[in-house]
Amino acid sequence: MKMINLKINGKDIKVPDGKNIIEYTKDLNIDIPTFCYDERLKSEGACRMCVVEVKGMNRLVASCATPATDGKEIYTHSEEVIKARKEVLELTWASHPNDCVVCDANGSCKLQDYSYEYKIDSIPVYDGHKRDFEINSSNKFFEIDPEKCILCGLCVNVCEQLQGLDALGFSERGYKTYVSFAYNAGMETSNCVSCGNCVSVCPTGAMMEKTEDIFRSWETTRTRTTCPYCGVGCQFDLVVKNNKVVQIDPAPGTPNEGLLCVKGKFAFKFINHEGRLKTPLIKENGEFREASWEEAYSLITEKITGIKKEFGPGAFAGLASAKVTNEENYMFQKLFRAVIGTNNVDHCARLCHASTVAGLAITLGSGAMTNSIAEVKGNDVIFIIGSNTTETHPVIGAFMKQAKAQGAKIIVADPRKIDLAFGANVYLGIKPGTNVALLNAMMNVIYHEGLYDKSYIDSRTENFDKFLESIKEFTPEMGAEICGCKAEDIRKAARIYASGNKAAIYYAMGITQHSQGTNHVKSIANIALLCGNVGKENAGINPLRGQNNVQGACDMGGLPDVYPGYQKVFNKEVQAKFEKAWDVKLDDKVGLSLPHILNGAYEDKIKFMYIMGENPVVSDPDTTHVKKSLENLDFLVVQDLFVTETAQYADVILPASSYAEKDGTFTNTERRVQKIRKAIEPIGESKPDIVIIQEIMNLLGYNQGILTSSQVMDELALLTPIYKGISYSRIDEVGLQWPVKDKKHPGTKFLHEGRFSRGKGLFSPVDYIAAQELPDEEYPLILTTGRVLYHYHTITMTGKNKEINEIVPANYIEIHPKTAALYNVKHMDKISVSSRRGKTIADVHITENIGEMIVFMPFHFADGANMLTNSALDETCHIPELKVCAVKIDNKI
Amino acid sequence: MEEYVNRTQLQEFENNVINLYRDKQSPLMQILQESQKLYGCVPFEVQNLISNELNISTAKINGVVSFYSMFSLVPSGKHIIGVCTGTACHVKGAQRLVSRVEDALDTHYGETTEDGQFTLAHTRCVGDCSKGAVVMIDDKMHSKVTSDNILDILEPYRKQ
Repeated sequence: MKMINLKINGKDIKVPDGKNIIEYTKDLNIDIPTFCYDERLKSEGACRMCVVEVKGMNRLVASCATPATDGKEIYTHSEEVIKARKEVLELTWASHPNDCVVCDANGSCKLQDYSYEYKIDSIPVYDGHKRDFEINSSNKFFEIDPEKCILCGLCVNVCEQLQGLDALGFSERGYKTYVSFAYNAGMETSNCVSCGNCVSVCPTGAMMEKTEDIFRSWETTRTRTTCPYCGVGCQFDLVVKNNKVVQIDPAPGTPNEGLLCVKGKFAFKFINHEGRLKTPLIKENGEFREASWEEAYSLITEKITGIKKEFGPGAFAGLASAKVTNEENYMFQKLFRAVIGTNNVDHCARLCHASTVAGLAITLGSGAMTNSIAEVKGNDVIFIIGSNTTETHPVIGAFMKQAKAQGAKIIVADPRKIDLAFGANVYLGIKPGTNVALLNAMMNVIYHEGLYDKSYIDSRTENFDKFLESIKEFTPEMGAEICGCKAEDIRKAARIYASGNKAAIYYAMGITQHSQGTNHVKSIANIALLCGNVGKENAGINPLRGQNNVQGACDMGGLPDVYPGYQKVFNKEVQAKFEKAWDVKLDDKVGLSLPHILNGAYEDKIKFMYIMGENPVVSDPDTTHVKKSLENLDFLVVQDLFVTETAQYADVILPASSYAEKDGTFTNTERRVQKIRKAIEPIGESKPDIVIIQEIMNLLGYNQGILTSSQVMDELALLTPIYKGISYSRIDEVGLQWPVKDKKHPGTKFLHEGRFSRGKGLFSPVDYIAAQELPDEEYPLILTTGRVLYHYHTITMTGKNKEINEIVPANYIEIHPKTAALYNVKHMDKISVSSRRGKTIADVHITENIGEMIVFMPFHFADGANMLTNSALDETCHIPELKVCAVKIDNKI
Repeated sequence: MEEYVNRTQLQEFENNVINLYRDKQSPLMQILQESQKLYGCVPFEVQNLISNELNISTAKINGVVSFYSMFSLVPSGKHIIGVCTGTACHVKGAQRLVSRVEDALDTHYGETTEDGQFTLAHTRCVGDCSKGAVVMIDDKMHSKVTSDNILDILEPYRKQ
C-alpha cells in the first residue's frame, strides 16, 4: 500500500494513501466539527463545517470530501478556519428558530453545541428569514420539523444508502428546500418502515421521537446492551431516567453499524409496562393471587419432590428459552439434568431451526451460520430462499440492499413476492414446500452446463457420485412443474448462483419448518458444496436465527440430546465430564423433544412442566392440542414478564426481570457472544431468571452457589469447547464468535475454512417429497405462515406498544385477488378460516404478491394461524410443518 | 389526490416512453420531460408508475420534479407566458409587465388561469437581453415589450 506523509497541525504523520483528510485527523484525536459527515456514507460536503486550511491552496477545503495527498500541510483550527466555521454557524442560525429552551433536542443538538463552542452571538448576525413550515407528524414514532432542519442531508442519505429505501427526499429547491416523504404527504404513502435511523442521525431537533416522557440528555444514564428481539444482535444504548427506559440509541460498530429497526428502536415500552408481573402468582380455585417468593418456592419444591418420588424424573420436562441469557439457559438445563435428573429439556428452536441443526451437522458438522453479518456486504451473489429478511432480520436486510447497490446479484425464492424480490435479478415464486424440487432443478442445470466446482468437489467433499444420481434426471421443466414457476427462471437463477465467487445462501423458516425440513437443509448444503461456495469468506450457508438468543439457547444445551456445546448426552466421555463437574449421576438417554413433551403431557406421561420465557400456546402448531396438553399437567410453572396466554394455564407464575434489568450474554445469529448489561433495577419483586433457577436448585437440596452471570460463564466455558476462550473481560467491547478455542483465540469469523467440522462436506441425495397435507376438495387452499416487521413472535413484548398495535392491530390473511374473487371476499372483510384442526378469524388483505390459491397469515396472534397449522413432524429432528397446511375459507363475519 | 392521466394513457406512457428510455443511463429526466410535454404535468400517478418501473423511490422522483420549475404537478395552461425577469429585463420594467399580466388574466406569478388557457411561468433570463423586455409565449419570443403593448400581444392567444 502506498504511504503518504502529512503534516497536521504541525505534527508529521505517515499514513496509508486513499482517504479524505478528515479520516486522518480522527486518528490524531482532532475533533473536527461536522453536520453532514458520517463515515458510513458517501461524502456529501454540504455543511462546510469541516473546512480546513491546506497550505498552498488558495481556499479552505471541506476535509470530509477532499482526499489527502502526499506532503500536504493541514491546519484544522487556524484563525481563518475558525472564522469560516463561525460564518457557517451564523448563516445556519439565521434561519433556525431560536427556541432551544423549549426544544426537545436541547442538550443533544450539534448546532447548539457548536454555537456554544464557537461563541456565536445569541442574536443572529444575519437577521435571516425564519422559514415557515408545518411539522410532519404522520409517522407514529417520530415527527419532522423542517424549520429546525439545517439540510445536512444525513437522514436522506442514511435512508438511501444504508437502509436502501429512499423514503425521504428533498423537496423544492434553494431557500424553500425541505425534507419530506414523497409529495410532501404522510409516511403512509411512502415506503418508510419506521426504522428510525433518520432520527438517530439528525444533528438537531428536526427529527424527534414522539415521547410521553420528558427528559433532558443530562438527566439520563446510558447503558450499552444487546437488542432482545431478533437474532441480528444489534448493539444499542438504553437511555434511562428515574429507572425508566425513555429512549434507545443505536451503537456504532459490530454488528449493526449504527442501524436499528422499528422494534429495536421504538418497541421498548414493554420494559416499564404497567402489566409487568411484580410478585409471584399462585392459582387457587382457578384464580391467581399474589404470593411471596417463599410461598411460591415452597409450593414448587414440594411438588417437584412429590412428583419425582411418585413418578420419577421422566415425568418432568422443561422449556428453556431463546429469549433469556446463555447463563440462564445453562443453569436451566443444569437444573433439569443435574438436580431433577432428566434430559427432557427443549425450547422453541425445535420449531425454527431444529432441521438446520440436524441437516448441517450431518453434512458439514456444525449447525450455524457459516459466515458473519458483516460479510453480507461482500457477497457478489445473494440467494435468499424462505427468508423475508427485510422484515424478520431488518438490519441484515438493509446490508443485503447495500450489497445490491454495490452490484451484488439477488436471487429470491419465496411463495410471496417479498420486499427483496422487487428489483431482484430473479424472483422465483415457488409453492410452499417445494424447495427441494427447485434446488434439485437448479443443481441439474449447474451440473449439465458444467458450472460446478470440480476441484472443490474432489478435494473437500464426499458422496458426490451417489448424490449425482438424484439430480441428473431432474430437469428444470420438472422443477418448474412442481414449484409453479418458469423453467427459464430456474436456469437463470442456477447460472447466477454458480457464477458467484462469493455467493451466499440466506435461509430461514421457509426451508426449515417442513416435515421434510432436514432434507430441505441438506439440499441447501448440496448446492453450496456443488459450487464450492462454503468455507470461504463471503460465501456460505447462512441460516438466519429468529430470536435474540436462540443460537445461545441451543449452544447451552437447551435441547434433549446434548449438553452445552452440542456434546451428546449418550457419549460416555462427555457424560463422565459433566458428572464430575456437577457432582451427580446423569441420565444418558436422549430426552423428549418439544412436540413429544406436549404429547407426553396429553397422554399423562409428563406430570410437571417448567416453562421459562416461552409461549407455546401461541407459538406451537395446533393450539387446541397444546392447550389440552397443558391443562392435563399436574403442575405447571411459568416464568415470564407478563401473564402470557401460556401463563394462564400455570399453577405458579414467577415474575422474571427483563433484559434491561440484568447482566448476561446473548449469542446472535453469527455465533457472536455479546453482553447485555443492567440498566434499571428489577421491576417490582421480579428477579433475573438466573437467580430464580439457582435459588430453586438450592431449595431442592443441590449445592449450587448463587453465582453471578460472569461466574456462570466461567463455569460453562470450562465445560463447553466452543465457548472455551470466552470470558466477560474479553467480550466487554465487541463480542466473540464461537468457536473460541482458548483464552487467546480471536474467535471464528467464518466456519469450515480449509476443512469442514466433520472432515469432508457430505453430499446427500435428496428426493422431492411433498408436504404432508396438500389442498384437496374440502380444504382447497395452502396456508403458509410467517412474521411481520412490526411484531415479534407471540407479541408479548411488541404488543405492549400502542403505536405498533395501531399499525398491525389484528390477525390478517393475505389473499390473491383472483382467489378473493372466487370466494367473493373483499379487502378488510373479516372472514373465518378453518383447517382440519381448528378455526380462526382474520381480516382480508388482498395482494398480488402471493400466488393464487395460496394464503398467508402471520403467526403472532393468539388463537390465530396456529389454530390451523399442522403438527406433522420431520422424522429426524421433530420440527413441525408450520409452513404448509390445507385450509378453507368458511364465511364472512 | 386528483388524477390527470387515466389508466389507458399510463399504459401508453409505459409502452412508448418508459420502455424507450428504460435501459439508457439516468433516464429519469427525459421521461419526466416527456410527461410534461404529453400531459402538461408530471402528476402523482405518473411519478408512481415511473417509480415502480424503474425502481426509483417516489421521494427521489418528487425531489427532481419539485426542484425544476419546468415540471408541474398539475397541468399547465394551453399557453405558457414567460415574462423574462433577468437583470436587463428587470431594468426595463419586467416587474410591471408581470403585474399587468396578473391583473389582466386574474392569476398569480407561477400559476395557471382558471380556464386553463394560460400559465404565467417563473422565467429567468432567456438570453436576448438587448431586446428587453422579453416575453416568451410558448416557443415564440416577443421583444421590446412594454406595459402598453403586452395586452395586444396576448390577445390572439386568448381565443386559441
